[in-house]
Parts: sequence; C-alpha cells; structure tokens
Amino acid sequence: MTPYLGAGPNRDQNRGTAIVRPGRPEREEKKLAQTQSGAAGLQSLPALLERNATEFADQPAYREKEFGIWQAWTWAQAAKEIEALALGLINLGVQEGDFIAIIGRNRPYLYWSMVAAQSVGAIPVPVYNDSAAEEMAYVLDHCGARYVIAEDQEQVDKVLDVQEQLHELKHVIYLDPRGMRKYDHHTLHQYSHVQEQGRAAYDEWITDLNERRGKLTYDSTCVMLYTSGTTGKPKGVVLSNRNVIESAKNSADFDGLTRNEDILSYLPMAWVGDFIFSIGQAYWCGFCVNCPESQDTMMTDLREIGPTYFFAPPRVFEGQLTSVMIRMEDAGNLKRKMFHHFLTHAKKVGGDILDGKPVGLLDRLKYKLGDILVYGPLKDTLGYGRIRVGYTAGEAIGPEIFDFYRSLGINLKQLYGQTEATVFITVQPDGEVRADTVGVPAPDVEIRIDDNGEIHYRSPGVFVEYYKNAESTASTKDPEGWVATGDAGFIEADSGHLRIIDRAKDVGKMASGAMFAPKYVENKLKFYPDILEAVLFGNGKDRCVAFINIDLTAVGNWAERNNIAYASYQELAGHPKVLESIRDHVEEVNKSVAADEMLSGCQVHRFVVLHKELDADDGEMTRTRKVRRRIVEDKFADIITALYDGSEQISTTTEVTYEDGRKGAISATLTIMDAKVAQVAPQQVAAE
Amino acid sequence: MKDMEEGYVTEDGRKIGGVVMEMKNITLRFGGVVAIKDISFDIRQGEIRAIIGPNGAGKSSMLNVISGFYVPQEGQVFYQGKPRPQMRPYEVARQGIARTFQNIALFEGMSVLDNVMTGRLNYMKTGLFQQAWWKGKAEQEETENREVVEKVIDFLEIQHIRKTPVARLPYGLKKRVELARALAAEPSLLLLDEPMAGMNVEEKEDMSRFILDVNDEFGTTIALIEHDMGVVMDLSDRVVVMDYGKKIGDGTPDEVRNNQDVIDAYLGVAHD
Repeated sequence: MTPYLGAGPNRDQNRGTAIVRPGRPEREEKKLAQTQSGAAGLQSLPALLERNATEFADQPAYREKEFGIWQAWTWAQAAKEIEALALGLINLGVQEGDFIAIIGRNRPYLYWSMVAAQSVGAIPVPVYNDSAAEEMAYVLDHCGARYVIAEDQEQVDKVLDVQEQLHELKHVIYLDPRGMRKYDHHTLHQYSHVQEQGRAAYDEWITDLNERRGKLTYDSTCVMLYTSGTTGKPKGVVLSNRNVIESAKNSADFDGLTRNEDILSYLPMAWVGDFIFSIGQAYWCGFCVNCPESQDTMMTDLREIGPTYFFAPPRVFEGQLTSVMIRMEDAGNLKRKMFHHFLTHAKKVGGDILDGKPVGLLDRLKYKLGDILVYGPLKDTLGYGRIRVGYTAGEAIGPEIFDFYRSLGINLKQLYGQTEATVFITVQPDGEVRADTVGVPAPDVEIRIDDNGEIHYRSPGVFVEYYKNAESTASTKDPEGWVATGDAGFIEADSGHLRIIDRAKDVGKMASGAMFAPKYVENKLKFYPDILEAVLFGNGKDRCVAFINIDLTAVGNWAERNNIAYASYQELAGHPKVLESIRDHVEEVNKSVAADEMLSGCQVHRFVVLHKELDADDGEMTRTRKVRRRIVEDKFADIITALYDGSEQISTTTEVTYEDGRKGAISATLTIMDAKVAQVAPQQVAAE
Repeated sequence: MKDMEEGYVTEDGRKIGGVVMEMKNITLRFGGVVAIKDISFDIRQGEIRAIIGPNGAGKSSMLNVISGFYVPQEGQVFYQGKPRPQMRPYEVARQGIARTFQNIALFEGMSVLDNVMTGRLNYMKTGLFQQAWWKGKAEQEETENREVVEKVIDFLEIQHIRKTPVARLPYGLKKRVELARALAAEPSLLLLDEPMAGMNVEEKEDMSRFILDVNDEFGTTIALIEHDMGVVMDLSDRVVVMDYGKKIGDGTPDEVRNNQDVIDAYLGVAHD
C-alpha cells in the first residue's frame, strides 16, 4: 500500500505560500469570508444567504437573460424571493425531512427553490431535466418526493405521466405557466402564486420558518444528488452542510475566489459540480450566478457575461476549438495567415508565460503583439476575455486542446472529483498544470492507492451515505471514512501528481496477460476532432477491436469542403472516404499505444464506424455522456462478433428511443475496417 | 356540423365564440379559369379552422380572398358582422389580420429581430424625422415595440437566432420566424398558408405545438391551409375541404374523415 500523500496540515501550509500571490486584491475579501465562518457559525446555506443579504445586499447575486435583457437580482432581493417561496412551501404543507424534487434547466428561480427547500428543513433533490419519464419515476419514487418543482409543461407532463408510480407525491409546482391553463389545478400550483401566498401568510408562518432555519446544523442534510449511474440504477448521494460548505470553502481558498467572480451556470443542476459552483461556492464567496437565456444561446451568453471563473467538460472546449478552426478556414487570407503565425508562437511560449517560467524578451514582446492582434480578440469572441480560473473535468481532455487554451493565456486547469467527494479529490495548482495528470490532492484531502491500483480518498467532503442503500454505502465507504473511487491510477513519484488510468472495473487482462485499459486508447482516439466517441473491446481476447462514432459537425464540414453529399448521419458514417480517414487516425493511435510499456497490447486491430450516435435516451450513455460499456456490449453483440470472426460486413438492426419515449428501429449494413498494428519491441512485452 | 349561433365548446374544453368572418357564395375567376366555385363557410372566434384539399384545389386562392388580396367576382365576405369593402393590404393589416406565406416572404438580408420588428410597423407612429432624430419619442416607441417582439421571440423559442441574418437559417426556422413576424402584429385573426410544408416530422410537431399554444395563450383565431391530413386533423377544430374549387366537406375532423367525397378526393377516383 502506498503511504498517504498530502495529509491535511501539510497541504494547508503549501497552499498558503503556493497559491495566494501577494498583492492580489482578492486577499482582503478572502479574509473576510474566513473570519465570518468562525464567528457567526455559518452552518447552512440559508445562514450563508442571510449573511450575504446583509453584507453584500446591493451586489448582484443572480442574473438571467430573459426577453433579450439581463435581469438581475441583488442578494437582498434574492433573499426576499427565497423567503417568500419558503413561506409558500410551509403554507402548502411541506414538513421537515420531506424531499422536494427540482426539475429544469439552470434558472435563478430553481436555484432559489433549493435554498427555500433547505430553509424549511426539506431536502432538495435536483433531477436531470433531460431524463425520460421512466428514469425520472425511479428517482422520484426512490426518494419518495412529496413535492416537485418543475420548470415548464414538458417537465410537468413527464411527472404526470408516471404519477401512478409515485405514491408519496402531493403537489407539483411549475414555473412557466405557458400551456398549463387546461390542467387540473388541484395539486398543481404556479411558482409565483406559491410565493404570493407565502407573502400573504407572512405573519402566520414566519415564526415557524425561523424556527426551522434555526434547527439546521452543520450535519443536517444539504442536498441529495443522484449519481449518473454508469452501472445499474442511480444512487442517491446524501451530502451534509458540512460536506458542501467545507468543500466550497477549501476550493474557493485554493483558487482565491472572491465575491467579484461571475460564473455562467449552464451545466445540469442535478450534477454535483453545478451544485458546488452555483450554490456552494456562490453562497460561500457571495459571487454572482448568471443563467443563460436558453440552452441554445449558451455561447452568446458566455460572451456577453465573460465569466471570471468557468467550468466546462472537455466537449465544450473541443466544440469551441472545432468551430474556431472551421471559421478560420473560411476567413480571408491575411487573417488566416496571421492567426496561424501567432498561434504557432503561442504554442511555443504561451504556456510557459502563463506558468511564470522564464521566457526571452523578444518572445515576450512578440506574444504581447499576438495578444493585441489575435489572442485577445479570440478570447473575447469565445467569452474568455476576463477568465481567471477555468476548470475542466469529467473526462480526459486532449492535450492539444488543453494546450491551445493555455497558450492563449487562459488559466485552464484539470480537477478530478466525484459526487461522493462533493467534487474535489485532486486539483492542479497554478503553475503545475499538465494535460496528462489531474493534479495534487485538494486541500484537506488524503489519498491512498490500493494494491490493485484503485484510488481511495478521505476528506471533509466525503458523503454521508447512499440514501436507502446501506449495502452500497458500506462497500464504498469504510468505517474510517475512506472512499473507494472505482478508478485505477497512480501517483507520479517525482511530481506527486495523480494520473488516472481507467475505471478500475474496466481495467482487465487480455488473453496474453497484457493489461487492458480501454479508456486510455479511447481517449487517444477521441482527441481527433472527427471522432466523437470510441468504445474499445478486448478484455480476455487476443486482440482489441473498437466502435467509433464520428462527430457530425467536424466530419460534415469536411464533407461539405470535399463536395461529398450525404443525407443523414448514417450515410456519412458509412462513406468510404470517411472510413479511410478514420482508419488513418486509428493507425496513428496504434503507433502511440505501441510505445506505451504497459498498454501496448491494446492496439486496435479492427474497427467499425457505428450507424448511430450512442445516446443517453437509448441507455447507451449516462446523462453526463459517459459510455455504459456493458449495455453497448450487449446491444451490439452481433457487431462485436463480426469484428472478431473476420467478416467484412455486418447487417444489423438497432432499436432507438426518441426524446418523447417512442421507439423506432434503424437498420444498416456496416463495413468492418482493418487497421495496421504497429510493431511492439519484444523487451517491452517481456516487461509486462 | 355544429350550427349554434353563439358558438360551441370543443372537446378539450375551449369555448369558441361567434362568427368572426363569413364567406358567402364566393366565386373567384381568373379569366376563364374558375378557381373558387360558390363556396360558403365561416370562421368563429377562437377556433382553429383548416382549409384542406389536394393540389390545385384553390386553397391558397381562398386564403387570399380571406386576407382581402383577391376580390371575388361573386359573393361577399363579412368581417366582424359587416360586409367588407375592397381594401389595400395595409388596411387589412390594420383590421387585425396577419398572415404567413407558403413560400416564405422574409427580408433575407435582415436579422431575425429586425424581421420580426417589421411586424410592429402598424404600431409605430413616429415619422421619418423623429426616427432620424431618435432621442425621445422614437426611442421610447422602439423600446415598447421591442418588448412585444421579445415576448414573441421567447414564445417561439428563437432566442438563439435573434441576431442571425434570415438568409443563413434553415427552412424550418424561417417558417418559425415568419410566424413570429405575424404574431408580433398581435393579430385577432391569423392566416397560415401551409405552415408545415416541406418540414420533417419533428419540425411539424414543433410547429403544431406553437400553433396550439398561440391559440391557447393569446386566444388568436387561426385559419390555416395544410396539405398534410394527419397534422390538420389533430390540430383543427373544424375543417373545410376543397377540391377543384368546390367545397366538398365541412365539419369537425371526424365528420370530414368519414365523408365519402373527401375520401374520394384524397384517394382519387375518376373525374368525369
């Protein structure tokens, strides 16, 4: 067993010197926040809200773009809105300990719902708004939600569809009244009416509300979040106020976050990351949460807000880079040349300048010029003009993509976390950022690597339990508070950084005994813009084969450029030229895989470009877009067989589910491609 | 067919009011071609009224008669109880009638926002010089009208293309922008000329939802022409069926569906 790394106190000292740069204006603010916690005993989010409403009363707390204008609420106004809703909830009969499900996209009203629920002693349960009715039924039934706060008719319809299965459900509150007039309003309530009734019944319920708020402690439940469930049914992770507030505090200190930050909240509310950024850290620091106008306007809104602190999964950064590159191809000659010239320079010195490493004067001057001509305008267009700290997590990010953003001077970093840890396990400190590791243990987090390579951690953020699932709780968290992540990885000896190999249960052995780590190869494949998703098979077999999904935007653009006509995803995915270029990518990946001592056995011998995109609606992916390996394996078993038995084509029919839950089928004949495998030096195999 | 003076109640519980527009024995000829032959029907307050029929049945001509663009040689149009005189298009618009077109008539070079703003033209009262001076009245007027337009944009969920030039939009979205422009005029009668032509199933479903929502939310009376029987039957309260310029059926979707003449017209029988 590897000894503990970065035990609490040590990390604290490091943090003080390494992270807080002297002379930063944020420093004072930070102290303010810290003294507050000690003196006033801010032990719940409603308590933090009260502090913010007094201390930052006139500062913006929430903004949402609606009707083309950014509407803003100050902390004082937000506190009033939340109070009205809380009173309205009591008026509706909400009891302490009730579960209130919250379904919708990121909107201030729904964030208020969470805090209002906490204020009345209930437990908010945010639910993924794109889940199908059946998935929703499982979650709502499992927690026994008595109340649902839904964004609009679409979400209400889903709940009503499955209400037969929900025995506890009493009332549904909806935000957007559009299309709701004809519904039976016995158990349906409009959000604003609930607030009005709350305001009207102020005298009746305010004492009750204050009492309930007073009862909240550091160990009472703050929120329950359902894990996306790469395996089996989702599990309800119970997080206490301590988990959330400690994690928010530590991470805010780590990056020197202040109340002057602006963030854009666009990631699913049911995801722990959004809860920590848009509620935990926002309430701890008192910064402003900005909500986009609609899902499709996110990029425009990002630019208008220009967040100072930003979080995105790799696919957002990939998507932006792809669109920049596509647009530059269409730009004029001069612009294009300038762009490529300065980008090459940025690649050379940009990262070093950001990390504060020594760089020659001439290079520095040229970088400055580049900043005026290219980097600055580009960052502004992307919405990163003001960014101080950016994070990416959830999946591995391609090194080229990562370096591209860093070379522009955007402080993009990686972190590694889980719902069970209240996000933070490891983070990259400023100046120690690399594409292939996920950083050092976060403040107050201890890390241990098991004999079989599995990563374990212990921290103040460690979850309380899985709701109604003592068995899973016990198998995940040991009595001393160590949590098994299910990921395999190792700590680099010289830097102390953690490197993740794969999910521990996905790591297997090939027939030859060589290590099989699918994610490692899949990520290498996915770093090509043409490839959206890849799934590698080969556990227990003598060689590896792969499924590939093309990226419709990138390949579609390429097709347009090369005068290749196509009518559908399926047709494009089966085009011989597309298959050829994917084969080139696979062969390049094989070369680089062959160079890895441990994983050289994982080269792709044959592959197939799938006729449909893997989709969460079909159960092939989680809502956070992680491949459900076993389901894919079962569903496409015929294709896998064909990949191994040497056939050149396979005809198959696949069931698909549309967004409204209806089912259909698509059939296709897929061409199976062979890829060249690179030679592996014999001594490397011997080392295995 | 329902024939109550004061209106009726639909299956889903909406109250339909009295007659808004009545066509009496309309005949329309283009030289020797008879486009519409002696047709009579009415449109009631708050209902969704469809006109269907095979190609060349005279549906679009009928819509142009309703909108006042064509003047029939015989018969009369009654709007809000009064016989309607011959009018110029802007006079029709001022009466609270707005329409969309079968082959999209937007300003391709202008942004979606500007296109929708043109729907508010009737509500703008400032003149050229006030507009040029901008400060004061013109600015205030623009703000007020923009508010209405933004509500329409929100309603039709086209926020993400607000600033996009119309020429760059796909067909389905252009159709939606056209609907937005018509809605911006806050019409009491909305005429839709094949709102779902050339759309795929998903786009059709979206459009159907918007049409129902417009009717439900603003109480707008809607008359629409459509080719796709399935969509029409789900959407409308009452349907007029035309074939070769004649009315061959009129009633609720169920009544029309079981009408032998309609079945013949759609499935095709030998015409003498």
